[in-house]
Amino acid sequence: MWAMSGWLTDQPIDVARLVADVASAGSGGTVVFLGTVRRSEADGDVEAIEYSAYQEMADAELGRIVAETRARWPEVRIALRHRTGLVPLGEASVVIAASAPHRAEAYAASRFLIEETKRRAPIWKKERLATGAARWVEGRPAGG
Amino acid sequence: MSGAPGKGSGSEAGIRVCIRLFATYAEAAGRDAIEVTLPPGAVAADALAVVRAQPWAGRLAPSPAVAVNRRYAKADAELRDGDEVAIIPPVAGG
Repeated sequence: MWAMSGWLTDQPIDVARLVADVASAGSGGTVVFLGTVRRSEADGDVEAIEYSAYQEMADAELGRIVAETRARWPEVRIALRHRTGLVPLGEASVVIAASAPHRAEAYAASRFLIEETKRRAPIWKKERLATGAARWVEGRPAGG
Repeated sequence: MSGAPGKGSGSEAGIRVCIRLFATYAEAAGRDAIEVTLPPGAVAADALAVVRAQPWAGRLAPSPAVAVNRRYAKADAELRDGDEVAIIPPVAGG
């Protein structure tokens, strides 16, 4: 087994707890981003998305992305979780909370975190449809 | 293993790496890892070549990303005995 840093979870994400994690007396703005499982009109009714990951590397890569964000925006406080396993329609698959003395840094850090997560985290998803069918969602070339 | 150590077989001089497969690649391969022995000096691209020789290789992306020891690696990254190599399908997190 490896020592998880805790960026991944197979449980519903507690948004309030992540917001509390980044709270500080010096914070003037907190940006919360939720990525949620949505209906895909092209493929029929999606009931859930099953997320699978290269767990050890996804955890390490998310840690590297957070470290890069902290280096670039040193005043930003960050909390991030990404789900694995089955995530039902409407639930959050990823939650990012970023707080900073000023909103511009919080928005910038939040945007960087989600874009880098989508580009680099070795995570894949399979749509589970109401018909019982399942389909891999086409990804984008992974970038280091 | 049987046989005299040292000379002859060449396997002692090779490096053993575990190539891990995920998502569509694991599904196509019907397994999630390939154990291989590569010659000394082998690089990440050599591990990818092993995968490209598999019967299901048509499922691979044109230039799949490769990771060595849980970090994205360039094609010329040198491998060491015991390394964990992963062929990373196009990603869809978030």
